Amino acid sequence: MAESAVAQRRRERATESWREFASNRGGLIGLILLVIVVALALLAPVLVPLSTLDVTQVTAMPNEPPSGQHLLGTDPFGRDVLGTLLWGSRISLLVGFTATLMSMTIGTTVGMLAGHFGGWVQQVLLRVIDFFIVIPSLVLAITLSTVLERGVWTIIIAIGVTSWAGTARIVRSQTLTIESRPYVERATALGAGDGHLLWWHVLPSVMPLVLANTTLAVGSAIISESTLSFLGLGDPTVFSWGSMLKSALDTGSATAGFWWFVLPPGVAIVLVVLCFTLVGRALEAVVNPALRGR
Amino acid sequence: MSDAVPSALAPHEAVTPSDEPIRGASLGRYLATKALGAAISLLMVVVLGFFAFRILPGDPVLSMTRGRMVTPEEIARLRREFGLDQPLVVQFGRYLADLTRGDLGTSFFYNAPVSRLIAERAGSTLLLTGTAAVISIVLGLWLGQRAAWKRNSGFDKATTGLALVFWSVPTFWLGLLLLMAFGGPLPTGGMITPGLNATGFAYVVDVARHLVLPVAAMVAVTYAQYLMTMRSSMLEEMTADYLTTARAKGLNEDGVRTKHAVPNALLPTVTIIFMTLGHLIGGAITVETVFSWPGLGYLTYQALSAPDLPLLQGTFVVFSSIVVIMNFLADLVYRVLDPRLKAA
Repeated sequence: MAESAVAQRRRERATESWREFASNRGGLIGLILLVIVVALALLAPVLVPLSTLDVTQVTAMPNEPPSGQHLLGTDPFGRDVLGTLLWGSRISLLVGFTATLMSMTIGTTVGMLAGHFGGWVQQVLLRVIDFFIVIPSLVLAITLSTVLERGVWTIIIAIGVTSWAGTARIVRSQTLTIESRPYVERATALGAGDGHLLWWHVLPSVMPLVLANTTLAVGSAIISESTLSFLGLGDPTVFSWGSMLKSALDTGSATAGFWWFVLPPGVAIVLVVLCFTLVGRALEAVVNPALRGR
Repeated sequence: MSDAVPSALAPHEAVTPSDEPIRGASLGRYLATKALGAAISLLMVVVLGFFAFRILPGDPVLSMTRGRMVTPEEIARLRREFGLDQPLVVQFGRYLADLTRGDLGTSFFYNAPVSRLIAERAGSTLLLTGTAAVISIVLGLWLGQRAAWKRNSGFDKATTGLALVFWSVPTFWLGLLLLMAFGGPLPTGGMITPGLNATGFAYVVDVARHLVLPVAAMVAVTYAQYLMTMRSSMLEEMTADYLTTARAKGLNEDGVRTKHAVPNALLPTVTIIFMTLGHLIGGAITVETVFSWPGLGYLTYQALSAPDLPLLQGTFVVFSSIVVIMNFLADLVYRVLDPRLKAA
């Protein structure tokens, strides 16, 4: 079947963007590692059944050093560290992606509205953006997660609600740039309304920027999640890298030198965050040619 | 990974908190706008501090008593004690009136005024974050200008790469690693050795020894942002014509760098420094928790673990106000330093 010219052009553009992305070695390595991590997280229930991590059923001693049976030893409750690490990746990735989605949606909407409308709408939105940029997000996230019911969703909301302002500012300035272009003026002259302009002209143009930003934001959302869990604000019924480190601190694993319990969760966080940063920066270079070669 | 400004830190995004045209406006008008903005933000902090603890779906009394056996009578008594049985408007009025007197309520965990608890611990947080900030800024700026000057060299790639890795490290984990590695020779918790009634020089040495690990953790995680800002700011200056002039005058490369490029490149970093100082205080929460450092961060941790809502509300208002004020100062300093913004 013959392809339409538009579809063909789109495909060519996609191939070109992919080539640009793949030429960035760091980005490619990051992407491959992320695919592996996501696959492992999805397969966790098959690889390590949850029952093997039940405190009442484990047979191993607490704080066993690594051995053939427990590759990364056991934690202070006798659970396999590798198993809890695998289960922890699910929460980190889930919170990372969902909180970022939420933050990006709020940020893009507010940013587009603040760029499109003038007058008091703009004034109010700018003040709100400024406020959320200034306010220390960790402190606000701590406040929110203390007041709300403990749980994964509370963590997601706490991170999403406190981290959107940077995106809003970038999207706003991009919106201003786009709306000053002749084709938008033409659309307005032809009678396009606010909604039509924002949805059909502004949104598609800010999306690439937002996407590159999203990838970078997932990394910091994952750090925020582990920080909140480390402070004991996470869901106590699920495994997370942050809560593993909290029990390492609470049980004195660090001072006792149980490296097999202290090292892996942190290495996992750094690795995943670094991958997201690498992929995000590679995407940024695809989206924003001005950054290439700098 | 040569030029990694974590995009949230890209200087042109962060330098002017509001990108409204301020160039050419008179100093008085500029000051008034910025002061008004800061005042509104402070007001929003105060309002949020109140409503976050009352209006959100979680009932403050229920979250305070979570996990404990309480009778309905006790819950009713607690509600009365915190004035929660009053209409919201009355509560808000009382909160504002108390706040103007510097009264942040009473901690129920410590059974002491929140403002006193905060005042007692502010000094140790200032000592910790101040020391960390100075080291982190000096280190970051110095490495940043060196890296930019030798762009794409081995030195550049190694320093920026290492900084990026540290930037991805959660502060508290680095703290735990330091505890594990150096917990023997160096003290791992608190600010002074208990029972050691040292005075004078011996006291200073004791506190300094306690400072080493928490400061190291904070510096490692924060210097990257100064490095990246300085590096990209320096890269921008390096294409400027006045450097060619300086070279034509016969200055050697070191002279061109330190006398001409660096002073100009420092300008954008000043604002970043002020803006991040506030966030550094927020970052103290996890570091102080790991090292039991008796400051505001550790106080916040104790407040959220209890949970002690009046205390948490107090630390929230104080932390946020400090950050708002720091940002206001950043605007002022930037205006004073950049002569291009002054001319009308």
